[in-house]
Amino acid sequence: MAQNQASVAPMGKGKRSKVVRYNKWGYIFLIPFVAVFLVFNLIPLISTFYNSFYENYMDGLTQIGPTFVGFENYKQLFSDANIWKFSANTAIMWVMGFIPQIIVSLLLAQWFSDSRLRLKGSTFFKTVIYMPNLIMASAFSLLFFALFSDSGPINDLLVNKLHILDEPFKFFSSVWGTRGLVAAMNFLMWFGNTTILLMAGIMGIDVSLYEAAEVDGASSWQRFVRITLPLLKPILIYVIITSLIGGIQMFDVPQILTNGTGNPTNSTMTLIMYLNKHLYSKNYGMSGALSVVLFFITGILSLVVYNIMYRKRDKEA
Amino acid sequence: MSEPIGEVKKSVSTHARRVIAYIVLIFLSILCLFWFYLLLIYSTRSMGEITSGITFIPSTHFAENFKNLINSSQPVFKGLRNSLIIAGASALLSTYFSTMTAYAIHVYDFKLKKFIFTFILMIMMVPTQVTVLGFIQLMTKMDLINNFIPLIVPSIAAPVTFYYLKQYMESTLPLALIEAARIDGSNEVRTFNTIALPLMKPAIAVQAIFTFVSSWNNYFIPTYILKKEDMKTIPILIAQLRSADYLKFDMGQVYMMITLSIFPVIIVYLILSRHIVSGIALGSVKG
Repeated sequence: MAQNQASVAPMGKGKRSKVVRYNKWGYIFLIPFVAVFLVFNLIPLISTFYNSFYENYMDGLTQIGPTFVGFENYKQLFSDANIWKFSANTAIMWVMGFIPQIIVSLLLAQWFSDSRLRLKGSTFFKTVIYMPNLIMASAFSLLFFALFSDSGPINDLLVNKLHILDEPFKFFSSVWGTRGLVAAMNFLMWFGNTTILLMAGIMGIDVSLYEAAEVDGASSWQRFVRITLPLLKPILIYVIITSLIGGIQMFDVPQILTNGTGNPTNSTMTLIMYLNKHLYSKNYGMSGALSVVLFFITGILSLVVYNIMYRKRDKEA
Repeated sequence: MSEPIGEVKKSVSTHARRVIAYIVLIFLSILCLFWFYLLLIYSTRSMGEITSGITFIPSTHFAENFKNLINSSQPVFKGLRNSLIIAGASALLSTYFSTMTAYAIHVYDFKLKKFIFTFILMIMMVPTQVTVLGFIQLMTKMDLINNFIPLIVPSIAAPVTFYYLKQYMESTLPLALIEAARIDGSNEVRTFNTIALPLMKPAIAVQAIFTFVSSWNNYFIPTYILKKEDMKTIPILIAQLRSADYLKFDMGQVYMMITLSIFPVIIVYLILSRHIVSGIALGSVKG
């Protein structure tokens, strides 16, 4: 940068007009992004909003609407007990996966970046724990469905080999069994990713702070609570909110695991599975209203992320 | 006197912590690998062996299961081919055009630059699911159902890929270099293609892998676009397998199908893991 400025300075005015001439290329190079964004993101977003104000669904084989109904779809959406139940399902399964995820990730990140522990094979461990993140969620779910089925390998292991259970545990007939599996899969798929993000954050903390604390006789727990956690706060919030946005999108795992039913008794039906149901039954009014609500929730969460993580950088740029 | 005791105490506690760390790490590694090991074992077993109970020793029916799956009603090979085309094309387009977008923001100074950059960062986290309704309707109107275009072209506008590449560009592409190319008479497009792109190779490779994998794994949107049997991708076939009458199915084939959809990604990952793992944090947190 400095070099560049030095070469600009002596050339003076002629240079500036040349720069302006080049700068139109900034717009030209942005054309693909902007064009694709407008067509494939913005227009669909606008028409999703538009749909949410129209009554438009199939009643058997008859098409009802589209008729403008104002906020009627929203009223219907929120007066139906389903939306609250499915929001609660989504929240419960997210929390069940996220709490162990953040605890384990903090612990591992702390260990990996602790120079005094000198852990051997940390590259191997990081490679292994990140791997599930790249696995196709639908295939992983089908695998879990097969392994945890009533007469599947896991029940065989628990009953006949390890003798922990007297009879097979019916995971997919039990509310907490199914929710537990969804949460466990989310945990497995995401704790490696979170560990690596938190580690990057911990590595960014000034080592001299730890050295000073050590001289003052702080224990490793005190160093973690008093130095690591407070300085890690922005990244922790980033991790929590991005994970929350990911949780709101929860779909593949419960969809495949329960074959789209959300069974037992709708206890694993998530918000996006609900959206999927409306889309399949071609109820565009309700899908629209639900999409718009989800857009606002994720949009607000995104703004929070933007404010903590990127605004400062942006000002510098 | 007190000093050496303190030292001993400290080294004992460090030692204890190290032991605990190893135990926890080994436990978590087993937890991550167990399922895939079991999957591999089961893909080598015949239907009869599978119903006879769990084992951790591979059997001999791998080739047989593979053959049975290919000859089954599931269009597996077409599915693999479709997934490969869509994921490959998405990775190429996404990285090329995201580099171009990053280049526009990094190199040039123009009125809307700050606005566009801020805008991209703000929409970075908004999920595509919330616009899927409008997306399906638009694709239907444009007659793009049963076409790969709606699954490939949107990857050109990829805010996360853009942001990662922009970050990387700041540290590897000095503006003086572009200045020098201009003085040598290179036009802007040529400078981008022959100077900026090659310099960005390592970052492009990492992002190409991420885009490929997320497109390969994508399930939600393709189900609405790909309706024809021989255009479907692997995740759609997996879902169909789940909703088929499960008990009638040869489980050896089911495990083989899962193996085919998961292991290509695992193998590529293991080969390139060093670059991937070090690239994860860069895009999101740093800065």
